[in-house]
Amino acid sequence: MMSATFTIDGQEVPFTPGQSVMQAALSAGVFIPHLCYHPEFRPHGSCKLCTVKVNGRPATSCTLPAAAGMDVESNTPEILDKRRALLQMLLVEGNHFCPSCEKSGNCKLQALGYELEVFTPHFNQFYPDRPVDASHPDVLLDFNRCILCELCIRASAEVDGKNVFALSGRGITKHLIVNAESGKLADTNFALTDKAAQVCPVGVILEKRVGFAVPIGQRHYDAAPFSAHVAEFKPTPESQGERS
Amino acid sequence: MNDTDAIRDVLSRHGNDGTRLMQILRETQEVLGWLSPATLTAIAAGVNWPRAKVEGTAGFYSFFHTEPRGKYRVLWSDNITDRMLGNMDLMQAMCQKLWLEPGHLSEDGLVSVDTTSCTGMCDQGPAVLVNYRAIPRMTLQRVEQMAELIRKEAPMADWPADWFAIEDNIRRADILLGCTMLPGDAMKVSLARGSAPAVETASNERSFREAVHSSDAGPGATLDEIKKSGLRGRGGAGFTTGLKWEACRNAPAQTRYVICNADEGEPGTFKDRVLLTRQPDLVFEGMTVAAYVTGASKGYVYLRGEYRYLLEPLNSVLAGRRKAGLLGKNILGRAGFDFDIEVHLGAGAYICGEESALIESLEGKRGVPRNRPPFPVTHGFLDQPTVVNNVETFAAAAMIAGRGGDWYRSFGTAKSAGTKILSISGDCERPGIYEYPFGVSVRQVLEECGAKNTQAVQISGPSGICISPKEFGRCIAFEDIPTAGAFMVFDQSRDIFEVVRNFVHFFAHESCGFCTPCRVGTSLLKNLMDKIAAGHGTHYDLKEIQQLNSVLQISAHCGLGHTACNPLVHTLERFRPAYERRLKSLDFEPAFDLDAALSHSRQMTGRDDAGAHLSNELETAAEKA
Repeated sequence: MMSATFTIDGQEVPFTPGQSVMQAALSAGVFIPHLCYHPEFRPHGSCKLCTVKVNGRPATSCTLPAAAGMDVESNTPEILDKRRALLQMLLVEGNHFCPSCEKSGNCKLQALGYELEVFTPHFNQFYPDRPVDASHPDVLLDFNRCILCELCIRASAEVDGKNVFALSGRGITKHLIVNAESGKLADTNFALTDKAAQVCPVGVILEKRVGFAVPIGQRHYDAAPFSAHVAEFKPTPESQGERS
Repeated sequence: MNDTDAIRDVLSRHGNDGTRLMQILRETQEVLGWLSPATLTAIAAGVNWPRAKVEGTAGFYSFFHTEPRGKYRVLWSDNITDRMLGNMDLMQAMCQKLWLEPGHLSEDGLVSVDTTSCTGMCDQGPAVLVNYRAIPRMTLQRVEQMAELIRKEAPMADWPADWFAIEDNIRRADILLGCTMLPGDAMKVSLARGSAPAVETASNERSFREAVHSSDAGPGATLDEIKKSGLRGRGGAGFTTGLKWEACRNAPAQTRYVICNADEGEPGTFKDRVLLTRQPDLVFEGMTVAAYVTGASKGYVYLRGEYRYLLEPLNSVLAGRRKAGLLGKNILGRAGFDFDIEVHLGAGAYICGEESALIESLEGKRGVPRNRPPFPVTHGFLDQPTVVNNVETFAAAAMIAGRGGDWYRSFGTAKSAGTKILSISGDCERPGIYEYPFGVSVRQVLEECGAKNTQAVQISGPSGICISPKEFGRCIAFEDIPTAGAFMVFDQSRDIFEVVRNFVHFFAHESCGFCTPCRVGTSLLKNLMDKIAAGHGTHYDLKEIQQLNSVLQISAHCGLGHTACNPLVHTLERFRPAYERRLKSLDFEPAFDLDAALSHSRQMTGRDDAGAHLSNELETAAEKA
């Protein structure tokens, strides 16, 4: 099939009908920052890190269907500035202490922070009170780091068929909950082998007893920045053209 | 009846249908007082949904309680107009009488007192909701009497009946509020259009229901009248009604739905409440016309939880229409024209006024706006083509169906046909409901409602526009100042900064939390405004406000985030001194307040002398130096 094209920052990008701007870009090796997007799941559009301008108008590239002739701006000073602010918002909303976090070096939030040169949190910290859930024999839930991307929710519902996770609350009090009257992960049917245990972009869902197996400095994003891993984020056939 | 029976009762009334979860949760709570963990487990099992999903819905809405809230739940409407009428002092007095702190359950578990977003009683505030029943016109005397009744545990049915009387306060009626059409008139005219052989229509070939082949030209001809009228949505966005209906009509479907958006949550707006009180038949008639045009078979009124008291009266009007053959099967004898309407209640979430969030809520979910496209006209309620229109839009559509598009066009301006109902509150002698033809000037409205020494008018609520006297010559119209209906007046005695701070708190409270910029940004704005109010603001903070505005403008998921900064941006342009007189002259002032940080220590040691305060000492030292 002859594919149509659009441009991102002047670079021509082909797409197939049904692809989002994000999917087309990543397929072509063009990196657009993202956190709630995952190649295996339907787009969500909540983190807004992938915000671009299309023909001069703001848009969310992971949910916007690609169309021929679009003029997409992504790495402009204005947009990078906004993405930086969004990362800072996520950083002050939760409790993120990279030096003591098992996910450091493998964390997408941290990697994107380095990539976009977020040197300070800028805003005042919220310091929310979010108790950890260590009830499960194999997995620790540290809600302090949750960025509400809903990837675990989607994975548990769509792949594991378990619906272990959901959101409750509203606005700044929105938070992740688990599917148990006690509110404890141990009282769900969650297992370490679940897809939902693998998808957290930050350090909320952690396997117990394996901490710091790989030294900091030798981890995934330590060697090369987030954007250098663009090939990992190429969409799979299943994730394309579906509506959330 | 025990809890299990009560829950089973509610579930069976709703056919154990999860999409009716909002109604199931509300009705269960009305019986049991709150939604305990065990109750949520039972409901989840009943509708066969994951428990966490049910808990997620319950946790989203302000009016659902997953913790005990007492036998009496008093919520003070906290719009700026309620504040101007002294609601904070009255709430404080009530809390003292009842020995409790706002937001906390009393120690005996009897009562809780808190604030809630605007309850739509701005012309008769300060208003409260007691167990979700509206009581306007609160006074100190009423506070005292109410506290007595609560302490005696008197059933609300025994409370003075006049407390619950809601006034319509219609000050100026025009074609809608003065409408004299009888129930069924508009539908009869619409049906007759189909049988008039001379009628030429643009799109009359299509059957109004896929299942029923029909040569009925009525739907197409009626749609043409709606288009001809130039009617645009009255909920704020102003989308052309005829185009919306046509898109829904043309979308492939199993079932089509017509939804009336009566989630009138924009602070300062209360015209839909009055329309649903005075002209419910006209609104239902408009929905029926929409069903006739689009081929919809089911209608819902999504009524905000604050208007719970309207549920029974509306249901009795619907029953009357069924009896008269205006709803149900074969409406007015037209074979295959089946349509019925049901009223669903919201539960305290402003965001559900956004049409796709409303649909999510109607499906029993958290009220989060959907990603678009696709739009509700093709993929709406239960993924079927759905028309969502405002209460006033349906009322106007009924008039147009009855009297014709040309007749309607003769009111208003060339670009804004018809009339607009304004909800006027704040500093004026005659607050209430005013219906004007489009094109009326702000000045004329102010004169007629008896506003004096006006400093500012907030039009269309916090998400709308704040204008100063220089702009009072401007007009209410889509081409100048569009509005969903709110019109709040502030005279020279008011502090515009406090008005804005109230609005900023509102947005932070009502953000659904889906997207990062709105979830975090609205709370950052709230904190910035509180910092300035506490005397710690600088010019740096004003720049921060502009910066946050640009982030929200470019990246927020929906209109709430896009407009959350409007009150700040508009008033920084027009009323900058209201901010500047609160600023310290420094470029930067840390938000961290050393002295405030010691407040816990002071509370614990019972000290409040000068030596227990840091800043006083420092400031005194600085003054001496």
